[in-house]
Order: sequence, then structure tokens, then C-alpha cells
Amino acid sequence: MLKPPLLGFAFAALAALPSAAQAPLAAEGCLGCHGPRGGGQGGIAALAGRDADELAAIMRAFRANERPGTIMGRIARGYTDAEIAAVAAHFAALR
Amino acid sequence: MTTLPRRAVLAAAGALALPAIARAQGAARLVVVGGGFGGASAASFARRRFPWLDVTLVEPQRAFVTCPYGNLVLAGERRIEQITHSYEGLRARGVRVVHDRALAVDPAARTVRLAGGDTLSYDRVILSPGIALRWGAIQGYDEAAAARMPHAWLPGDGTQTRTLRRMLEEMPDGGVVGIAIPDNPFRCPPGPYERISMIAHYLKRHKPRSKILALDAKEGFSKQPLFQDGWRALYGEMIEWVPASRDGKVTRVDPAGMVLETEFGTRHRVAVANVIPPQRAADIAAPFAAANGWVDVDPTTFEARLAPGVHVVGDANNGAPMPKSGYVANSTAKQAVASAAALLRGEAPPEPVYFNTCYSHVGQDYAISVVGVFRVGPRGIAEVPGAGGVSPRGDLPEQRRLEALHADSWYDSITRDMFA
Ligand SMILES: Cc1cc2nc3c(=O)[nH]c(=O)nc-3n(C[C@H](O)[C@H](O)[C@H](O)COP(=O)(O)OP(=O)(O)OC[C@H]3O[C@@H](n4cnc5c(N)ncnc54)[C@H](O)[C@@H]3O)c2cc1C
Ligand code: HEC
Repeated sequence: MLKPPLLGFAFAALAALPSAAQAPLAAEGCLGCHGPRGGGQGGIAALAGRDADELAAIMRAFRANERPGTIMGRIARGYTDAEIAAVAAHFAALR
Repeated sequence: MTTLPRRAVLAAAGALALPAIARAQGAARLVVVGGGFGGASAASFARRRFPWLDVTLVEPQRAFVTCPYGNLVLAGERRIEQITHSYEGLRARGVRVVHDRALAVDPAARTVRLAGGDTLSYDRVILSPGIALRWGAIQGYDEAAAARMPHAWLPGDGTQTRTLRRMLEEMPDGGVVGIAIPDNPFRCPPGPYERISMIAHYLKRHKPRSKILALDAKEGFSKQPLFQDGWRALYGEMIEWVPASRDGKVTRVDPAGMVLETEFGTRHRVAVANVIPPQRAADIAAPFAAANGWVDVDPTTFEARLAPGVHVVGDANNGAPMPKSGYVANSTAKQAVASAAALLRGEAPPEPVYFNTCYSHVGQDYAISVVGVFRVGPRGIAEVPGAGGVSPRGDLPEQRRLEALHADSWYDSITRDMFA
């Protein structure tokens, strides 16, 4: 027998059946260094659960060469403002 | 809402939240051929992002040995077990892993025939079988020759890498290690030069009178100034790199005599030979390949031009200007899966942005990198101008040290993305 909470979950799951635009694909490019779900890996910082505005501001600073780094400037310059905002919001919402 | 069919509710409430949509559409079977960088990434991402897809992965090997970090095995800095990954993580994600070899894909019948006798039906198939070596393109270089002159350029079960490592260990001090390097395009443009570096790293500590003779079919190579700065700083005169115009192109080998012969007839006798031959798309993708041996694909969906419904990612396609790298295989596999999922639902594929980074170890605490971000423009895939590029040149020990650490993080991170 299905209990009400489970039913609620079932409907939520149906409603949330993924659409291709669910999470920005641009964020997938970050996972190869920042760990699964952006949870951090070795010496590379976690992105998950951090403030979206802070993440976006850091990315813009990397892009403008205003924040030192070995590689992030080269990466950040590949993404648009809209992508940075979407990626930042995505990681901020995790965990 | 309460009139929702009980079966659908149960299905959605189930751990896999599976077939509500799949069933409504009749089926949504994604078959992935090849469990390497592109294939494992595709299968894992498909389950994570589109849980309504029924995913089957076909891969003959029981475990995957990565090419990346294989050069560190040659250097004695890693053991092969440390770069070997099991498929249990993918199984735990709900991927059906079939250890078999795909023999043929029939795009009209939408089936994949397996060597073991089974035939799999699919709604979309992703091929990421990697490369085949062009045996005979270098005269005398066939599978038998590869036992004496290993290529160590296909992961396989790790035998080739182990063989080359053993030969380096057995070589007396003062020997010459000959490396034959192919013309573009080939798997991992900076790979041969990282290999030269890692062999030099080993020789410097254990056989310092030895030499490396790198015979190249090209005039230049990926991250060349950075590699050559590093070679001079770390290894002095140990490495001699010979471009094609100075008779660097190996055209014939004599495995019995351990001779590498170049275009203008020079015969180099070496103690250890690593022959990286010219390449093409692996056999299972070969029927869909263009005359140059690689598969032309749609730049957004990665569907083969010659085979609708068959998405070809990884090294097997004509992905230029993107390099044939593990990161590109990972990035394009995700776009291909998202496209396949969208098309199955009658939606438009997402707008792509492709990503690449290749770290290369040059020495102890010394690595360099190249980055590229790519988009689809009016003339196909193009690098985003102003972004990407290589590590800065100059005497920058802190940059090199950090990049060596980050390279290790990259390896752990991307292999977890594929296999965890
Ligand atoms: C020495 C070296 C170092 C490298 N270093 C890096 C690096 O640092 N960073 C980086 O990004 N890239 C690196 N690369 C490149 C990287 O290894 C490749 O680009 C990547 O493996 C390509 O992925 P793929 O999925 O196309 O092929 P693979 O990863 O080779 O996977 C192909 C899989 O398909 C399977 N297969 C083949 N035929 C069939 C069939 N008929 N049926 C079923 N399965 C089949 C194979 O068994 C294999 O497991 C390196 C390569 C080399 C050689
Ligand atoms: C090739 C590996 C790699 C990839 C891919 C990558 N990063 Fe990074 N990231 C790093 C490294 C290394 C640093 C440390 C700064 C540096 O050295 O450039 C860093 C730092 C950061 C920081 C600052 C963290 C802090 O607390 O200081 C943010 C934010 C960040 N990255 C976001 C991203 C986003 C978003 C993406 C995807 C669009 C991404 N990164 C992709 C390697 C990577």
C-alpha cells in the first residue's frame, strides 16, 4: 500500500521528469576537475552549496584576470554571463 | 491526480523512477558501445540525468585501464592497478553492463550484434570505441612487431604498457630509447611528448647516460615551447627530437634488429622502441567513417552523417579542431546523450559548449596544461576566441608544481565522473 508521503513523492518525481534544460550542460564541464556534483577533489575546491553570487563573482574575476590562478582564467573566458549565472545557481543549489 | 494508473505511480515511486515516459513512448533504450572515456561517461551521465532511459553498455574488458597516467606507469610513478577501473559503479547506477564485443551496428534495423551471439535493439546508440591502429602503415609494424616494439597506445588489458615498462627497466644504462610519433590527427596530441618526458624522468634517476631519440612525422607539436623549455631545464641533452623535415618520419621497422628506419633511409638501431603508429576509427565505427578513416558527425548531436540514430563520440570521430582527448570524449558524450534524450522526446537538442583540458607531466612537481572551450558556429565546431590556451611560459616553479597537483585531481575527478 502506498502511504500519502510516498504518493506525494511519486507525483513530484513525475512532475520533475527531466527536461534537457534541467541543469546547465556547461556545469558538466566543471566536474572533470571539481569532483562529482562539484564536491571538490584533492587540491581543487568544492563548488557545491556555495553562495551563487560569490561563485559568479569569482568566475567574473577569473575572466577579467583579476584573480590569480593556474588555469581558471583560461576556462572562465570561455563562458558567457548567462552561463556563469546558470552554473553558479546550479552548484549553489546542490547539497 | 488520483486517477493516475497504479502502474505508473508504482513505477515513478520505484527506486529507478523508471518507465513512465519510456513506456508511454514504447521504449527508450540507449545502447552504448565501448566502456572507455566516452562510453563510460555517456552511460553514467544518462542514468544520472535521464533516469527514464534504459541503458546497456557493451564492453569486452572486465576492467578499464586508462591511457591517461599510463605514462606515469612507464616512469615508475604509478602502478597499473592504480589506473584500472571496475564497472561495478556503473552497475550500481543501474547500467546493464554486458561484457561482449559488438560486431556490427545496423542503423536501419536499429540493432547491435554481439560476438557472443546476442542482438541488442536500441532506440539510440552511442559508439565510443576509440581507435584502431593502422597495421602496416609503417612497413613491418604489425601485431607481432608490437610485442617487441610496443605502442602502448590502446588501453586493452594493460599488457602493452607493462611490456614497455619492463623493457625500460631491463635496458642497460647508456641505451637509446627510440620513439616513433605519427602525423595528425591521432589520439592525444600531447601524449607522445608527455611520454618522452616521463621516460626521461625515469632514465635521469636510474640510467642517466641513456638517450631518447624522438622521431616525429610532424614539424611541430602540442605545447611544444613549454615541453622543450621543460626538457632543457630538467633533462639537459638527454632528449633529441627530430621533425619530419630533418628525416624524423619513421616509415619502416625491423623488430628483429631493433631498427627504426626513416623516410630518407636512415637506420636507427635502438635498445628500446616505442612505435606509435597512424590510427583510424575502431572497427565497429569504421563502416560509418569518411575516406580519412574517421567518422563525420553532426556537430551538435554527434550523429554520424552516414547513420541516423548512431551517435559517435570520442576519438573515433572527425572532431577537429577539438583534440582526441579523454576530456573531449567525456564532454561530447554528455552532449550526445542529452541530444539523444531530447530527440527521443521530440525536443530540440540542447545548445552545446564543449570543454577540454589536457594536463601533461613534464617532470617531478612539474606539469603544464592546455585548455579549449568550443562552440558550434556557422562553419561547425570552433574554439571560443580569447579563451583557453596553454600554461604561461617562463621560470614559474609554483605554477608547474600546482599544475602537477591539479593533474592528479583531474585524473581522480574525471574517472569518478565515469565510473563512481
Ligand atoms: C599515453 C596517453 C596519454 C593520454 N593522456 C590523456 C590525458 O592526460 N588527458 C586526456 O584527456 N586524454 C588523454 N589521452 C587520450 C584519451 O585516452 C583518449 O582520448 C580517450 O581514451 C578516448 O576515449 P574513447 O571513448 O574514444 O576511447 P577509449 O577510452 O579507448 O575507450 C574505447 C573502449 O571501447 C571498447 N571497444 C572497442 N571496440 C569495441 C567493440 N567492438 N565492442 C565493444 N567495445 C569496444 C574498448 O575496449 C575500450 O574500452 C591519452 C592517451 C594516451 C595514449
Ligand atoms: C581543468 C580543471 C578545472 C576545470 C575543468 C574547472 N576548474 Fe575551477 N578551478 C580549478 C583550479 C586548479 C582552481 C584553483 C585556481 C587556479 O589554479 O586556477 C579552480 C578554482 C575555481 C574556483 C575558485 C574556488 C575558490 O574557492 O577559490 C571556482 C569558483 C571555480 N574554479 C569554478 C569553476 C567552474 C564553474 C567550472 C566550470 C565552468 C570550473 N571551475 C572548471 C580547476 C578547474
